Amino acid sequence: MKKGYFGDFGGQFIPELLMPPLIELEEAMRTILPSEAFRTRFDQMLRENVGRPSIITHCPHLSRDLGLDLWLKREDLNHSGAHKINNTLGQGLLAKMMGKQVLLAETGAGMHGVATAVAAAMLDMKCVVYMGATDVVRQAPNVGRMRLMGAEVIPVESGTRTLKDAINAALRRWIADQENTHYCFGTAAGPHPFPTLVREFQQVISKEARQQFLDRNGRLPDVVVACVGGGSNAIGMFHHFVPDQSVRIVGVEAAGTGEPGCHNSAPLNLGSDGVLHGMLTKLLQTKDGQILPSHSVAAGLDYPGVGPEHAHLQAIGRVDYTTINDAQALNAFQVLSRREGIIPALESSHAVAYAIEHKDELQGKSVLICLSGRGDKDLGILDQIL
Amino acid sequence: MNPMQIKIDEARARGKMGLIPFLPAGFPDRERFWKELEQLDAAGAAVIEIGMPFSDPVADGPVVERASLKCLDDGVNLAWIFEGLKARKGRFRAALLLMGYLNPVYQYGLDTFAADCEAGGVSGLIVADMPYEESGFVKDALKPHGVSLVPLVGLNTTRERMALYADGAEGFCYFVSVLGTTGQRDALPARIKEKLAEAREVFDIPIALGFGIRRPEQVAPFAGLMDAAVFGSALIGHIEAGGTSAEFMAPWE
Repeated sequence: MKKGYFGDFGGQFIPELLMPPLIELEEAMRTILPSEAFRTRFDQMLRENVGRPSIITHCPHLSRDLGLDLWLKREDLNHSGAHKINNTLGQGLLAKMMGKQVLLAETGAGMHGVATAVAAAMLDMKCVVYMGATDVVRQAPNVGRMRLMGAEVIPVESGTRTLKDAINAALRRWIADQENTHYCFGTAAGPHPFPTLVREFQQVISKEARQQFLDRNGRLPDVVVACVGGGSNAIGMFHHFVPDQSVRIVGVEAAGTGEPGCHNSAPLNLGSDGVLHGMLTKLLQTKDGQILPSHSVAAGLDYPGVGPEHAHLQAIGRVDYTTINDAQALNAFQVLSRREGIIPALESSHAVAYAIEHKDELQGKSVLICLSGRGDKDLGILDQIL
Repeated sequence: MNPMQIKIDEARARGKMGLIPFLPAGFPDRERFWKELEQLDAAGAAVIEIGMPFSDPVADGPVVERASLKCLDDGVNLAWIFEGLKARKGRFRAALLLMGYLNPVYQYGLDTFAADCEAGGVSGLIVADMPYEESGFVKDALKPHGVSLVPLVGLNTTRERMALYADGAEGFCYFVSVLGTTGQRDALPARIKEKLAEAREVFDIPIALGFGIRRPEQVAPFAGLMDAAVFGSALIGHIEAGGTSAEFMAPWE
């Protein structure tokens, strides 16, 4: 297999000017990541700053309502409210030990930006976040959080003014400032080695969840579910279950409104092979290879591409990727809040909705869902649905 | 020998710098684009670089990006570019080069793309988002049609990586003058000199300097170290301000 590929997907499709920092990063992964100094400090940060291990929670009422055995892996309980911090602290510490002074990030909904700002503050580094101008307006509270923690938030006015354009802007900035800056990529996508690096920091989710479920139930779950945007919580949730052939693994993409031809965020289900942001993967695109705008009610899933390892897991048939639309996700958002007292992020609501919408085929089965983030950030949507 | 190198060598033989103007296909509009190309050709361009517009141009600055997105809105695509080139085949003295990003070429189909380059008189391709490691399958597709993949190197490219690019390279080597995106700059970094000298040693094809170039005075300090100059954003800005390609080219000849 070619370096940096997952089957046919992945690679390093970036300008030559970005190869030196990617090679430097790969070298740091080889030398710094396994070091005692890194492991000791990182484990300590995960325990004392993030609050790991995160718990698994049984959902007694929803289990009864749906006729299945429903469990949640609670990444929403991490400091800053989502799985994103597993990655930003890992990359932040790595960058610090590489001698970098600046963490550069892109953000869509703002969750990765916030988690990067947390990491930068914790590690006494400078933080620069690029965010689409449209997202800056619709995710104002997260912009406030980032700025409060000392991050410089730069609105991106080009293109569709959303996440994909923020990534373009961050890549451009990295070309210019590579000497003292680490690009803290937010999801398990982009050019090699990012898909592998981000998975390395997110695999803790399934490492913990698999053991926790075994300890509690004496067996593995029948089905494991996670939502997929770029795919970092999903790859983290899937990684240690992939070798367990008895476990069915389901990734849930966002179908947008669900109407035929609508803008969506489901490249694995509705896209085709193509190259964007450094990787060969599944993309939403025109027949001319221009990237299409994406849409989801969950801003964190709103991306026209997906991490290359997911494209591979789909191609080899190990993971089933399906879709949930905006209305189904909003329903799950309310149902989980009402029945279990847990307000999920709209992104994670897509994964919860899978269990609700597919309850007939899941009768009697144990289902473990990655609750990747909490829903406080989404309360603005209440005006539209209540 | 690749026509791009022949044309640059010809300019050098006349004691001139090889001139490589860049325009996005369909700029400033679909009609005028071809007239601008004719002017650039008549004004002595050695190579004309035609941009293939892409929705997400990460190596480009705001001027090229804005111009490219407008061309996309106007419906420019590879089929339109090749149709126009085939209709004008043999009318340009300059060598023709296509520059862009991999995805549109990938979707068009590499073999079809290479065949259409040949049919349209195109002798080179630059893919801004494809480093050496990923370039094998593109080179393989281009080779039977006499189209060369032009290497892009820069200030942070080690001698070892330059050597990878130099092996079998044809046409010219595009040396990126700054660690940054395309676009005009008042001053070019001083350390260009030593890296250009290194590129000279590693490559046995002409060296073109690009990114941020507007006036002949800017490249005067590097006269002995380069064979050609690429200019895009400055030319686009000049046309947007109401000027013509012929006027822009005048100080360079």
